[in-house]
Amino acid sequence: MSEVQSLTETALKDIAEAKDERALDQLRVDYLGKKGQLTGLLKSLGKLPPEERPAAGEKINQAKKEVQQAIDQQREQLIEKAFADQLAAETLDISLPGRRQSTAGLHPVTRTIDRIQRLFESAGYEVAEGPEIEDDYHNFEALNIPGHHPARAMHDTFYVQPGTVLRTHTSPVQIRVMENSKPPFRMICPGRVYRCDSDLTHTPMFHQIEGLLIDENVSFADLKGTLEDFLRAFFEADLAVRFRPSYFPFTEPSAEVDMSCVMCEGKGCRVCKKTGWIEILGCGMVHPNVLKSAGVDSDKYRGFAFGLGIERMAMLRYGVNDLRLFFENDLRFLKQFN
Amino acid sequence: MRFTKQWMTEWLGQPFETETLIRQLTMAGLEVDEVGGVAFDFSGVVVAEVTEVVQHPDADKLRVCQVNDGESVYQVVCGAPNVRSGLKVPFARINAELGNDKDEKPFRIKKAKLRGVESFGMLCSAEELGLAESADGLMELASDAPVGEDFRQYLNLDDQYLELDLTPNRGDCLSIRGLAREVAVLNQLPYSDFEQAPVIHSVADTFPVQIDAADACHRYLGRIIKGINIKAESSLWMQEKLRRCGLRSIDPVVDVTNYVLLELGQPMHAFDLAELQTGIYVRYATGDESLTLLDGKVVTPESDTLLIADAEGPLALAGVMGGESSAVSQGTQDVFLECACFNPLSIAGKARKYGLHTDSSHRYERGVDPALQTLAIERATALLLDIVGGEPGPVIEVTGDEVPEKTVTLRADNVERLLGKAFSEDEIIQVLAGLGVALLDRSGDDLVFTIPSYRYDLAIEADLIEELARIYGYENMPVRRPSAPMRLQPQPEALLPLQRLRSRLVDLGYQQVITYSFVSPELQKSIQPQPTPVALQNPISSDMSVMRTSLLPGLLSTLQYNVNRQQTRVRIFENGQVFLKEDESSDEIKQPDRLAGLLYGPRTEKHWSGTIDKSDFYDLKGDVESLLDFVSVKDEVTFVAGEHPALHAGQCADVLINGQCIGQLGKLNPRLQRELDISGAVYVFELTLSPLLNTHIPSFKPISRFPESSRDLACVVDSKVQVGDMVKTLAELAGEDVTDIRVLDVFESDKLGQGKKSVALGLTWQHPSRTLGDDEINAIIDRCVKGLEESFNAELRN
Repeated sequence: MSEVQSLTETALKDIAEAKDERALDQLRVDYLGKKGQLTGLLKSLGKLPPEERPAAGEKINQAKKEVQQAIDQQREQLIEKAFADQLAAETLDISLPGRRQSTAGLHPVTRTIDRIQRLFESAGYEVAEGPEIEDDYHNFEALNIPGHHPARAMHDTFYVQPGTVLRTHTSPVQIRVMENSKPPFRMICPGRVYRCDSDLTHTPMFHQIEGLLIDENVSFADLKGTLEDFLRAFFEADLAVRFRPSYFPFTEPSAEVDMSCVMCEGKGCRVCKKTGWIEILGCGMVHPNVLKSAGVDSDKYRGFAFGLGIERMAMLRYGVNDLRLFFENDLRFLKQFN
Repeated sequence: MRFTKQWMTEWLGQPFETETLIRQLTMAGLEVDEVGGVAFDFSGVVVAEVTEVVQHPDADKLRVCQVNDGESVYQVVCGAPNVRSGLKVPFARINAELGNDKDEKPFRIKKAKLRGVESFGMLCSAEELGLAESADGLMELASDAPVGEDFRQYLNLDDQYLELDLTPNRGDCLSIRGLAREVAVLNQLPYSDFEQAPVIHSVADTFPVQIDAADACHRYLGRIIKGINIKAESSLWMQEKLRRCGLRSIDPVVDVTNYVLLELGQPMHAFDLAELQTGIYVRYATGDESLTLLDGKVVTPESDTLLIADAEGPLALAGVMGGESSAVSQGTQDVFLECACFNPLSIAGKARKYGLHTDSSHRYERGVDPALQTLAIERATALLLDIVGGEPGPVIEVTGDEVPEKTVTLRADNVERLLGKAFSEDEIIQVLAGLGVALLDRSGDDLVFTIPSYRYDLAIEADLIEELARIYGYENMPVRRPSAPMRLQPQPEALLPLQRLRSRLVDLGYQQVITYSFVSPELQKSIQPQPTPVALQNPISSDMSVMRTSLLPGLLSTLQYNVNRQQTRVRIFENGQVFLKEDESSDEIKQPDRLAGLLYGPRTEKHWSGTIDKSDFYDLKGDVESLLDFVSVKDEVTFVAGEHPALHAGQCADVLINGQCIGQLGKLNPRLQRELDISGAVYVFELTLSPLLNTHIPSFKPISRFPESSRDLACVVDSKVQVGDMVKTLAELAGEDVTDIRVLDVFESDKLGQGKKSVALGLTWQHPSRTLGDDEINAIIDRCVKGLEESFNAELRN
């Protein structure tokens, strides 16, 4: 029966040398097919004496099985190799940059407004906006700043015509909202404001957010708590916050709010003029005259208001050292906030 | 307002720690802006006498002096022109250290040789010691100055000034007197007001005064002083106090009026009596008189301006500044002192109107104590007589409308309501009493207080509550969080937040910019000639003098700025208000919000994988379409060829929503591009914001389980045919089951012939509840082909 053995050996050798699946298929036909060589041996079993047949048949079947296994194994290997070759051939330099649209971002002033807005919206404040060309009444008179008032000198107003101004603060928006709806009010008013002043630390246009809360049971203590929370949340730091008396025609009592310097942590530096404190916003309890002119019952309702400069907040938050950068719109500046 | 620690100590009879004073004042609402020394830091300087002066042998400008410091006599070489024998001067001995105001190291005096002559020390000018801005010689000391005394001690130079940034409501603190009152309350010190015995008149001369504007002038006191010596010099102590508070010594009369201004807060004026005709009239201007002011400025006061006049005409802008002709001069012998109380309302804004700001107007605008004039004129007279001598006449007093006494009612429970902290009635009464606010009456819970005449700012209950909080200390007030019902806020889902549009633009690669709302009229005119912009009456400069009617000028200026800084690819956007006059004659101004963007340079940043394409109209349109994707499905968005003065006539589209134009997009007109000196094509869009925010709430339609059918149509049409019109026609003909019509391919080629283009369109259908048969689709396609042939003369290809 050396014929079975030698045929098997040849088959195994051929299989091992097969280069692809097609060659393997051919070998399968050649050896194991109906007319295959090993199958052919089975047909010759009849020539053997009957008592030898079972053993011989068993041997041939054993050989067929062995060859089939070799073919399966080789196929497996060939597939594996084909994948491996494909992967190798398709390997890229993953260090090359991807294909994409360039990155852009929001202006730092918008970013800052959005952040402040989110903080107050989380406490139920609504956002209100209003016109930038404003009448004298809403910008001044209704805010308890009559024509002769010395505070007008502090405002450096741009005039469009007598009685019409570029708003010098966003407070007129509060008046407009109060005129048109009913208390309680909880709102913030972000927007552009204008002052006729231009130097290193002033631009003729800048941004403010004014906040207003009017309800039946609001006190100066609530104002303190709200603004302390706000400054600490905005700067994500456990800042010291102090309130000191100040003067705004539209609030009484009025306060100026200082916080410990975020640059030097209150140790004293150039930004805080070595005082350790940074003047950050103005606020107070809404003056009864303001409530009256906005049609709010000042016996029943009280409230607080505050106003802050967005650019100043952005400068302190992001370390910007020159106000004018905000309006030069140099892309090299703007992209730093993307 | 500037004052010195020493002056405060004199008033209150007690020394103060500088840091404590700063904190107390700042926390009481009187913000300390600046603190500084009243001289440079120096040591080793004494009062000395020059005993002998001889010419330097080898230098024309130098003298060799013998200087006595009380212990020894030193040889000192000196170049000052005013050095002379007998002069008392500050003398810096060997090893003295002279400081400066520049944080530099102090300068040590050493023995020196000047042109061969030894010098032991230095005679000092006021400038070298930080006592004057400039000096042209040695500082001359009084003849009774004690030789040998330490110079700092002699002038009490270990003093500090504090500069306060006072809010406009606190006019009462614009004097040492007012500040001392505050400091006394803050330190719980007794405060006794300044007293001045009336000066007995030695001549009977008076000058008549008449108030013709009783509403504007509450009180006018006048006094003649005859035979003064105007050449006398003010005492050193007075000069020093003035200097330390920021005022220069001028002549004794000005010095005394300035001193009283600082000390008591009462502005005064002195006229040269010889220049006054017949009498003083306090009246409003007629509008056609002119007046030359002390600073040489000529003004024509308007009829709302209060004047001090005589029979001849105006003498002074009341409460603001005196006139040149009636001013005290070196030849003056007799003066007429004015000490008045004007109504703040009649002075407010006047100085500013004439481009002035004076110490006097600053105080009158904020309110001068109407009870102060008698004290002030007596004080001034006494001080003046000490320096210039002369014969005082009696004080005459003329009054206009009285300032009514104010009372304010306060209730303790309102204090708690406003502050969130309760004060007892006794506490309230006690704190306010310290401020001169006295309890007048008590009925039930009402406490009625009288407001002192100097507190113009106290008028209502809230003002008194603020005073309580201020004196108690804001920092000691409680901290609380507001509480309110946790009511949910409405959130209209069909209203797109602006933030969403912004983030889409950002994700499309557009950087947000913020440009000024005022622009150059020329630039704006070249971009948007109509409408006429709203102009500012007082612009900051001519290139920021009109309000924008479009966001494009700002975007184009920003492009220029960045292109000039080597940026080759710019994608920017801005949102904000524009300002449109309703019509040429109207004052009505519309202020709609807009959204605008600009595209310049290649489509993408340079990339290793291939060539970089320049952006074109369709990049811009694609981005605009991405914004319009938010618009409600119920609204019809269309683009039609448009016109815009800033845009290319062949690459400009109007954006329509339901037939209403909401903005434009297109390529910048090449002429404008050239004017702006920009080297590549620029694409811009500008849209009105509000229609973009009107989105919809999604409404579900079942997904069909049946297969889609698709067909492509390729045809040749005239180049001028708008593919958009073809799509529209197909949409009408393709039946109700069509789900997509897509432009697959557009090209021109020689094979098609001149003026022709090939357009390929893909159509897709799907029926919700059955499979569409080929017959049905073929019938539709036939209809479509026929329609295109009829409407566009289209020839089907292949």
